[in-house]
Amino acid sequence: MSRFFARIRFVLSEMWQGISRSFTLTIALIATFAISLSLMGVSLLVGAQVNEMKDYWFDRVEVSIFLCTAGSDSANCQSAATDEQKVEFEADLEELRPLVSEVFFESNQDAYQRFIERFSDSPIAANVVPEQLPESYRVKLSDPEQFLVIVEKFSNRPGIEAVRDQRATLNSLFAVLNGLQVLALGFAVSMLAVTMLLISNTIRVTAYARRRELAIMRLVGASKLSIRLPFILETAFSAVIGAALSAGVLAAVKGYLVDEVIATRFLFTSFFGWDAVQEAILISSAAGIALALFASWLGISRHLRA
Amino acid sequence: MIVFENVSMNYRRSVSPALDDVSFEIRDGEFVFLVGQSGAGKSSILRLLMREVTPKEGTVIVDEINVGRLRKRKIPNLRRKFGMVFQDFRLLPEKSVAENVAFAMQILGKTRKEIKQTVPQVLDLVGLLDKSNRRPNQLSGGEQQRVAIARALINRPSILLADEPTGNLDPDTTIDIMRLLDQINRAGTTVLMATHDASIVDQMRKRVIQVENGKIARDQSQGNYGY
Repeated sequence: MSRFFARIRFVLSEMWQGISRSFTLTIALIATFAISLSLMGVSLLVGAQVNEMKDYWFDRVEVSIFLCTAGSDSANCQSAATDEQKVEFEADLEELRPLVSEVFFESNQDAYQRFIERFSDSPIAANVVPEQLPESYRVKLSDPEQFLVIVEKFSNRPGIEAVRDQRATLNSLFAVLNGLQVLALGFAVSMLAVTMLLISNTIRVTAYARRRELAIMRLVGASKLSIRLPFILETAFSAVIGAALSAGVLAAVKGYLVDEVIATRFLFTSFFGWDAVQEAILISSAAGIALALFASWLGISRHLRA
Repeated sequence: MIVFENVSMNYRRSVSPALDDVSFEIRDGEFVFLVGQSGAGKSSILRLLMREVTPKEGTVIVDEINVGRLRKRKIPNLRRKFGMVFQDFRLLPEKSVAENVAFAMQILGKTRKEIKQTVPQVLDLVGLLDKSNRRPNQLSGGEQQRVAIARALINRPSILLADEPTGNLDPDTTIDIMRLLDQINRAGTTVLMATHDASIVDQMRKRVIQVENGKIARDQSQGNYGY
């Protein structure tokens, strides 16, 4: 057992020698690990945010069926929608249950109230009368993806001006967020590639600085593992420190940037929680350490053929 | 016990073989000089023993281990049978004498207690106990070679391989080192020493294996250098 500890002590002291001999490279390695793992974490957080917003909004978005008003110029609108037509539409909507989970009729009086609230600062509000605003059915679907069923059923019918899916607007927002996620992931991947090159170089420099020790180790009959382990642990050490720093960055992104800055300005949506931060930290740290082990094993095998 | 049986080997990009059908046997406890000009094949024999290279034909056997067929992960076990000394000492300049010797024990996972016990014993054997805390650059060439010998012996190898150990030393110091090697041999360690220093070979009157152009030119007990 004491032999075992003697071995561990030796490997750790060799690792420490390696770190101190190529100190500046170790700092550089820690920095690239911190940056690339932070970027990877941010990318994961953006992904979590997209999912969060999808959950939040897809619960709330509705398909709106706008009825004709007297002033509509659509081909389906001869006049404002009649009461018989409304009865027909409501029956058709009932038939579509359970896909249709909720139906809410917005009269032009309701629409007018909403309009006045939203544009209270604008001079337009003063010029609008309730009759100009369309009545609508706001339909909630149990499966928002099935929105085309509603479109097929209701568009191009007399009395209906238009069928609109609010998701279309949201989807362009999600497209922007997805783009950001891909961008962050792209930066993360290229930084990780740089990190791999740096690992290979650090090992080369350390192996050169310690070539005398390595020659003696081989001569005396050190096992392959005990020769390589210090190099691998040295890289893993940088990865762990870098991962810890990136965890700090991600916690700051959530704790300060999202909770304190963004969330106080954008009240209309919810944001990812600490569980997403935890997951992002775990995944990026695991990826960083796995990369460190893989790249250093590869690097040391190339530089130290027995 | 070392056995070479019809051993041939080539280095890559070299037309003529480094060793050509070499056979000899060294029994436990022998002291053997390996002589010959530079490039004759002395170093190749040492490198084959350490399994730094493998034979193209024939077999190399060390203590019943077929060295050429040895699996890679078993190579460290083979190397632990040998202590190795070089012409250029190969000490670690930033470590003290005691630390240089202890390093060879640390590599093999020996405990602090074992190291504390063994290092002074071996330094005493090579006559450097009073210089334990010096750095290699504070020692003479002969003293540095003694440190290297101490390091080679610290893990109690059964065979000491010495590649031109006196090549960098003056004649007086050479004699001291040879006495030390003889003393180590008398204590039971097999010594195989490659050299082209004729005067020592003549004085020591030990077994001589002479290599020329990769072949054994002479194998003589109690030989002289070049007859």
